Amino acid sequence: MRNIFPILVFSFITLLSCGSDNDDEVSQANVTFNFDHNWDASPVTNSNFNTIQYTNANGEELSITKLRYLISNITFQKSDGETFVLDGYNLVDVTNNTNLSFTPTTTIPTGTYSKVLFTFGFNNDANYNNNYPDLNSATWNVPSILGGGYHYMQLEGKFIDNTTTETGYAYHAIRALDNSGATQEFQDTFFEVDLGEVTITHNATFEIDMNIAEWFKNPNTWDLNVLNNMLMPNFNAQVMMSQNGQNVFSLNTVNQ
Amino acid sequence: MFKWISYFILLFFICISCSNESVNEYVPTPSPLEIPPFFQDNILAPVIPTNNPQTVEGIALGKKLFFDPILSADNTQACADCHAPENAFSDADRFSDGIDGFFGNRNSMPLFNLAWNYDEKFFWDGRSFGIEHQAFQPVIDPLEMHNTWVQVEQKLQQHIEYPNLFEQAFGTSTIDSTLVTKAIAQFERTLISSNSKFDKHLLNEATLTPEELNGFNIFMDETKGDCFHCHGSDKNPLWTDNMFHNNGLDATFTDLGLGKITGDPADNGKFKSPSLRNLAFTAPYMHDGRFATLDDVISHYSEGLQNSPTIDPLMKKVAQGGVQLSAQDKADLKTFLLSLSDFEFINNPAFSNQ
Repeated sequence: MRNIFPILVFSFITLLSCGSDNDDEVSQANVTFNFDHNWDASPVTNSNFNTIQYTNANGEELSITKLRYLISNITFQKSDGETFVLDGYNLVDVTNNTNLSFTPTTTIPTGTYSKVLFTFGFNNDANYNNNYPDLNSATWNVPSILGGGYHYMQLEGKFIDNTTTETGYAYHAIRALDNSGATQEFQDTFFEVDLGEVTITHNATFEIDMNIAEWFKNPNTWDLNVLNNMLMPNFNAQVMMSQNGQNVFSLNTVNQ
Repeated sequence: MFKWISYFILLFFICISCSNESVNEYVPTPSPLEIPPFFQDNILAPVIPTNNPQTVEGIALGKKLFFDPILSADNTQACADCHAPENAFSDADRFSDGIDGFFGNRNSMPLFNLAWNYDEKFFWDGRSFGIEHQAFQPVIDPLEMHNTWVQVEQKLQQHIEYPNLFEQAFGTSTIDSTLVTKAIAQFERTLISSNSKFDKHLLNEATLTPEELNGFNIFMDETKGDCFHCHGSDKNPLWTDNMFHNNGLDATFTDLGLGKITGDPADNGKFKSPSLRNLAFTAPYMHDGRFATLDDVISHYSEGLQNSPTIDPLMKKVAQGGVQLSAQDKADLKTFLLSLSDFEFINNPAFSNQ
């Protein structure tokens, strides 16, 4: 018995030494972004899809059958201008309940940031200068004749049109392209979302809300009877989507 | 002190004894899929189950089983009877007849590039998860091979060649249904089609005609064909999203498709988007083979759409029957679609019964 005691002590100390080190926790933090969705404060998940139950600002009753969108270029910016851009992008797929949570592989230093930003869609550099096998596999591409690159959002569903017929809509956001003239005219439609000032003390989880109703509301009251399909080549529709998107996202809470 | 040294030595040997024991276990010859460079560069890696890696012996066994009528109850029907190589492993008949002369109600699906079906939902209604699981069903379907797996296992076990082939492929001569389907799945994963005229065009090895190019533009134009949302693009060589859609075939459904599997009425009338590769060989078209020609298919999308509660929102101008393509646009779209046909694939001796 006396001989076993040192072995037990030795084993105990050996096991204890295997614990993970927490030395770095005070200076670097992981950040997670959770994407939640609502229709004017009423929560929306894919279980709410496929039933006409929402009314847009123009008074049209509608359903959602598909919603997926791309966010990229998450950036933490300090008041002195120092920025930390986190690698990666995320294709939020509400239809299939996937990628509703995104944790970039890069960490950031703890501290106060005057701005936390992400891009809705891709900026032009990311949109045209890279090839993304995962996005290609998700048939997320934009045809070259419509400007190339990738979709920013696919929002689809049905609405009751002005002849009381249930009609499909495909509200697809891409970079605006005017093909009507002799030369192609582009206008940027990706936009930055500023979540405001945040102090990061530990690993942090951002709860981000998308109010889907806003896509149809402000500043352009969206008339689905006019703009329901074939919107990708519609320059003005793309610009209007980008304008309406400015108020779609908001930061609910940061948990850390 | 001596005791402590003894303890360390003891601990050392205990640790050493934890290492993997080397046993002379039989390992078949690995045969990784040869992924076409264009696939490698543009889409995600194929799905290979960790418990069924590709091997030379497994693929050869799977091929033999695929072409062998021994799987059917009366030894008259092989997988290849309804999945013929010359038809891109589909059936030229609208419905396939089983060993008892009964017919199903779906057109046999073509077989190629199956390892890139990332969601792994197989059949027109997605009812099987994984190729291995899919392969279980035709053998026992009363409308197809109408056999039992017990009988298949017994016949194969008593066969003069098969026990040895299973030994070589899986290290055991004891044959069971799981190993049969694993071998067939390995063979089916090798059925890769990537050498159509359009593939060669993307590699600058072939030149499309003006009609084919115009057809491609119609395919990619949201105001005309708008085919790309479900059938991919020049960046996705699969030419399908492998998802399920109601493409406006019927106002009411006699076959619920995905809806019968999920039980969700919102899925009624939805069927898997087939790849548009190899259309020159895979007539008739649609899940029920209702269209004998590609002209019929294009006319359906152009002016034949039927409205229903679950019709896909991407089916536009439904009230007018569709997007009303001109005769020239229809003809050009057809020439483009046929440029996705891969003659090297259907003539590949590795995929034929020889």
